[in-house]
Amino acid sequence: MNTTAQQTAGAAIAAPAGAKLAKPRYHWFVIPGLLVTLAIIIFPWVFTVWMSLHEWKLGGAAQWVGLRNYVELASNQRFLESIWHTFYFTAVAVVLPLILGTYAAVVFHREFPFRGVLRTIFIMPMMATPVAIALVWTMMFHPQLGVLNYLLGLVGIGPSEWVFARHTVIPSLALVEVWLWTPFVMIIVLGGLAAVPTEPYESALLDGATQWQMFWRITFPLVLPFIVVAGIIRTIDALKAFEVIYVISNGGPGTASETINLYLYSQAFAYYNVGNASAVVVVFFAIIVVLSLVLLWARERAKWNT
Amino acid sequence: MKTTMNRRNLLKGAAAAGVLASPMLNTKTLFAQSGAFNWKRFQGQSIEVSLIRSPRGDLLKRHQAEFEALTGIKVGVEDIPEQQQRQKVVIEFNSGRPSFDVVHLSYHVQKRQFAKARWLAEVGGYLNDAQLTPAEWDRADVTQRGLDYATDDGKINSLPWSVDYWMLYYNKELFQAKGVAYPKTIDEIVAAAAKLHDPANGVAGFVARGLRNANVPVWTQLLLGWGQDTTTGNPPRLLTDTDDAIAAARVYQTLLRNSGPQGVAGFNWNEAQSLFAQGRAAMWLDGVGFAPPLENRERSRIVGKVGYGIFPAGPKAHHAAMFGDGIGIAAGSQKKEAAYLYCLWTTNKQMSNRLLQTGSGVPFRRSTFNDQATLSALTVPKDWADCVRGSGEIARAALPVIGPVTEFRDVFGTALTNTIGGADPAAELRRATAEFRPVLERSEQG
Repeated sequence: MNTTAQQTAGAAIAAPAGAKLAKPRYHWFVIPGLLVTLAIIIFPWVFTVWMSLHEWKLGGAAQWVGLRNYVELASNQRFLESIWHTFYFTAVAVVLPLILGTYAAVVFHREFPFRGVLRTIFIMPMMATPVAIALVWTMMFHPQLGVLNYLLGLVGIGPSEWVFARHTVIPSLALVEVWLWTPFVMIIVLGGLAAVPTEPYESALLDGATQWQMFWRITFPLVLPFIVVAGIIRTIDALKAFEVIYVISNGGPGTASETINLYLYSQAFAYYNVGNASAVVVVFFAIIVVLSLVLLWARERAKWNT
Repeated sequence: MKTTMNRRNLLKGAAAAGVLASPMLNTKTLFAQSGAFNWKRFQGQSIEVSLIRSPRGDLLKRHQAEFEALTGIKVGVEDIPEQQQRQKVVIEFNSGRPSFDVVHLSYHVQKRQFAKARWLAEVGGYLNDAQLTPAEWDRADVTQRGLDYATDDGKINSLPWSVDYWMLYYNKELFQAKGVAYPKTIDEIVAAAAKLHDPANGVAGFVARGLRNANVPVWTQLLLGWGQDTTTGNPPRLLTDTDDAIAAARVYQTLLRNSGPQGVAGFNWNEAQSLFAQGRAAMWLDGVGFAPPLENRERSRIVGKVGYGIFPAGPKAHHAAMFGDGIGIAAGSQKKEAAYLYCLWTTNKQMSNRLLQTGSGVPFRRSTFNDQATLSALTVPKDWADCVRGSGEIARAALPVIGPVTEFRDVFGTALTNTIGGADPAAELRRATAEFRPVLERSEQG
């Protein structure tokens, strides 16, 4: 370092008493980030809320209606039913993959021949495109020509109407989600199992614990944080589910499987009611925020106690 | 170099400018003086076309090179599935700068919506202009129903392209096996369906759309048998809970609930088609465009056994439900005349003949059905063409000309689906009418 540079550096470190400190200039660097946030998060949100306060149909002029869209949603039977359908679908499409995925993880955690190959086969559904999968399942669900009723017939069970009847449509759609996403849960829980220490099992064996006792008292509490994480991700995914429902049942029969997403899609892109659709978005967002808070609370509770 | 401006130079310059500017002169005037139609007037321009992916759109793409050679106009085509195309064009129109010059539209869904928003350029003036419309396009050959479909508030906003009549497909073999004759009335359809229904052998007496929205034309086709539409007057008033509307819904319920296949409440046309093509349904009510797959050995087990029947009469009237497609020009297009030439070519006699000959659609033209070359080269059975011609004579639009058609179909479609589950048709139609009335009133105010 040359002399001039050393002097400058020294002066900067030991500023004379009373000298005015140089103002930090780094907050300029925040501005691009702020602008991007403003453009892609804040503005769309403010605009959505603004639109929700208007009656606006594409092709026509927007007219200020205040909270009327929200008031009408509160008494709109179809919308209220769509909330129930969303929760019903989400519950089945989250709980079943969690149970089956955890079970599969425990099975695949053990050593056995061809484990790697079988694991790969097991996670294949997760890699498929949901729309393509939905089209395949649509054909499989066909009451007369589908393979599912044929298989039921082979074991002496009568045909089901699957997605073609009101009372079976949501469980049938959830079945597709279960098939698609159980491997995802398995992968997360397998990760958790790999981190579980072996000592508790050794002492449990010495104490004569059964396999079930070891799972329930040792494995389950230790992988619970991972199951909760999988549950949070699955819940968010199931709430957002659209392709599978749209392709297979389009919310039908009638409106029996119309979730909030499907209802929102109809309002925005079939009826072009932009104002009403925006109000649905705001309400849906509020529901998701509440659910997220509950899930985050659950995650905190499930953390390993250090 | 120094130039001096004298009278001779000025005249030379003016002559040169005249030669250079001659292509920019009003070609209309020149053309009118020539007395022949000049398809190359807009040579060098390029236009964008938004099509619904369908056999009709495929036909245009297949012969597009002919249009380009005829006019010297370059054509860019985007064809996407029906629902997505409808959404895309609405959003683009609403933006004020659509990316296309020509648009394929469905009258039964979009006519009122497009007219109210003034998204299409009026073509009535072009049609009356001999310099823009060649005599051989022959406006008199286009059916009045087609022109009515393309007209809103007295303005022709598009050219009628292809019509869809509903017909009753039936399995001749199953009819013969049970000694059933083709029904002549709606009551006879119900009786025949009951007789042909054989669930033990996996045969449904009757199949049609049960899925919400898609099922509404089935009901409105039946309702035409009472000579009734779903709306009346201007502004439109709903006629969806009248005695006749309820009677038609009861027939719908009886046919699908008692003689339909299991799960029919979730059937759209494709599920119904699969079942019928497998020989598992005796009758199928749907649109005109299914002869090609039903007569295709790779896709159907009933090739040569399909009957094509004009829809039977109802208690008060005899009509075949009619839906239609048109082709129009975006009001915001900067190349309207070039786009208009594309519309003319799409709907000319040759392309109309090809439409029928390949079973891709049915043109709104009379001459096609008298063109022996077309009829003798049909790739679908002649019975089908006869049925189409007969249906055309009794055709009537089967969906209301209102803005919120999709919402109408969703609301009444849900009611109809519920009737398949056992709900009372009268109660369902009254509920749906009460639900839809404010939507309709609001749309008329907007």
